[in-house]
Amino acid sequence: MADLLRVENLAKRFGGIIATDDLTLDIVDGELHAIIGPNGAGKTTLIAQLSGQYWPDSGRIYFAGNDITAVPMYARSALGLARTFQITSLFLDLSVLDNVALAVQAHAGHSFHFWRDARREPELRDPARAALARVGLEGRASLPASALSHGEHRQLELAMALASRPRMLLLDEPMAGLGPEESTRMVAMLRELKKELTILLVEHDMEAVFALADRITVLVYGRVIASGTPDDIRNNAQVRDAYLGEQEASRG
Amino acid sequence: MTRALDLRTVVGIALLVALILLPIYVEATGSRFLLTLFTRIVILAIAAVSLNLILGYGGMMSFGHAAYLGIGGYAVGILSFEGVSSGFVQWPVALVVSALFALVIGALSLRTRGVYFIMITLAFAQMTYYIVAGLARYGGDDGLTLQKRSQFVAPVNLSNKIQFYYICLALLCASLYLVWRIVNSRFGLAVQGARSNDTRMRAIGFPTYRYKLICFVIAGTLCGLAGALIANHTDFVSPAMMYWTRSGDLIIMVVLGGMGSLFGPLFGTVALLVLEEALSGITEYWQIILGPLLLLIVLFARGGIDGLLGKVRHG
Repeated sequence: MADLLRVENLAKRFGGIIATDDLTLDIVDGELHAIIGPNGAGKTTLIAQLSGQYWPDSGRIYFAGNDITAVPMYARSALGLARTFQITSLFLDLSVLDNVALAVQAHAGHSFHFWRDARREPELRDPARAALARVGLEGRASLPASALSHGEHRQLELAMALASRPRMLLLDEPMAGLGPEESTRMVAMLRELKKELTILLVEHDMEAVFALADRITVLVYGRVIASGTPDDIRNNAQVRDAYLGEQEASRG
Repeated sequence: MTRALDLRTVVGIALLVALILLPIYVEATGSRFLLTLFTRIVILAIAAVSLNLILGYGGMMSFGHAAYLGIGGYAVGILSFEGVSSGFVQWPVALVVSALFALVIGALSLRTRGVYFIMITLAFAQMTYYIVAGLARYGGDDGLTLQKRSQFVAPVNLSNKIQFYYICLALLCASLYLVWRIVNSRFGLAVQGARSNDTRMRAIGFPTYRYKLICFVIAGTLCGLAGALIANHTDFVSPAMMYWTRSGDLIIMVVLGGMGSLFGPLFGTVALLVLEEALSGITEYWQIILGPLLLLIVLFARGGIDGLLGKVRHG
């Protein structure tokens, strides 16, 4: 089993706050690896550094064997590392289909084509429709993205990530704000996706995490306090103290 | 683009047809003044169309767009002064210099956002204004009178007012067609994506800076063309044509007509200049009427005149 993503001694500070503290992490090709931790543990900051939105102060990031520490955000996406956002980040004034088609277009060579009508190009529209169908949004394609519900926004986020045909997904709290029914659907969808993709999942919904993850890493104050299978984590005393709390542990 | 013809397109095309027929009316009534006014409207509409490309579609709030009017105009004026009167030289020079200028301004200002972007584009335009005002050889503050209009081969003759009007109108139609093609192309969608959510665009793999910069250069070049036309229209260039209030006028035209709509800047330019003309005939203090009118439009019709003609179109 080879590592698809490898993080070595990553560190990031914002002024006096240490967001990432000498963090080392391996994500094996094909696994769903969940990152959990209390609020402010630096989960989103970690995703931001992995996707290239923030530069780490020190440490290295390797993807598929290549050092990508200094590779800018758009180029990481081209290498096959796709990200969703914790706070919904879409093109709200464009149509649902346009949103996904842009994600396809991002990986269809450069966009210095000034003349042909991009909304009539099957090589952009067809994969976009296929990605929408996978997340169950095919009926909403022509609506403006702003007209969708919160749950549908999360599905659209996922469709956009899929449309770029990534090797690995970085999912930042895909269940955030979802109702119970929508959460169940999202878990089912992620279960399908993990058959084909390596996934790094940052999530607060413990039920979802323990249902989906092959391995779990626990962050506290930007530092890894434990990493292992769901059973290891459930039985880890340190994790129980720091994070899960007696209630969660007894239930699990 | 499911509905090929909606109201706004119908009104836009009707307006263009009216503009095509205008010289017939002018011939019949002998109202030379009307032809002069509408030649000016058509030329400024090209400038507004170019600004709409970056402001409306690209979300780049340039407050220095009149600089390209001045640069295009002075390219014609200076070459003419130095004895080069061929339009085949003057116009390409006007376009190339505008493009290079836009490349420099864009390359620096697009690294910033929001208010800083506005201030940098404004600062560059004002800097250009002061540089041109300091060119004593070319009239400095007083400007420069063109001895003759750009020379092309017969039968093209810009001194024929009706012919010149039609040339400007043809270039306006060409500009609208160009912008229409661009905004629906892959490039255009990339630029609109960057307007909508720049971070997300970069996250899905677009180097947005490049696309915005090229868009900025296209808009500057197109406005440079309008500048070359203005110089020929008034037979005169002066630093005043690139003063910051002129950039403000262009923004008003775009906002009044409807940002990010194809015909919006044309509606806005016609409305603003016709209103200006009509109101100044009524009272010396016409701005007192125009100001609140603009305020009402901005407050109650976000999509401008274009927005009043139909719902905002998505995708």
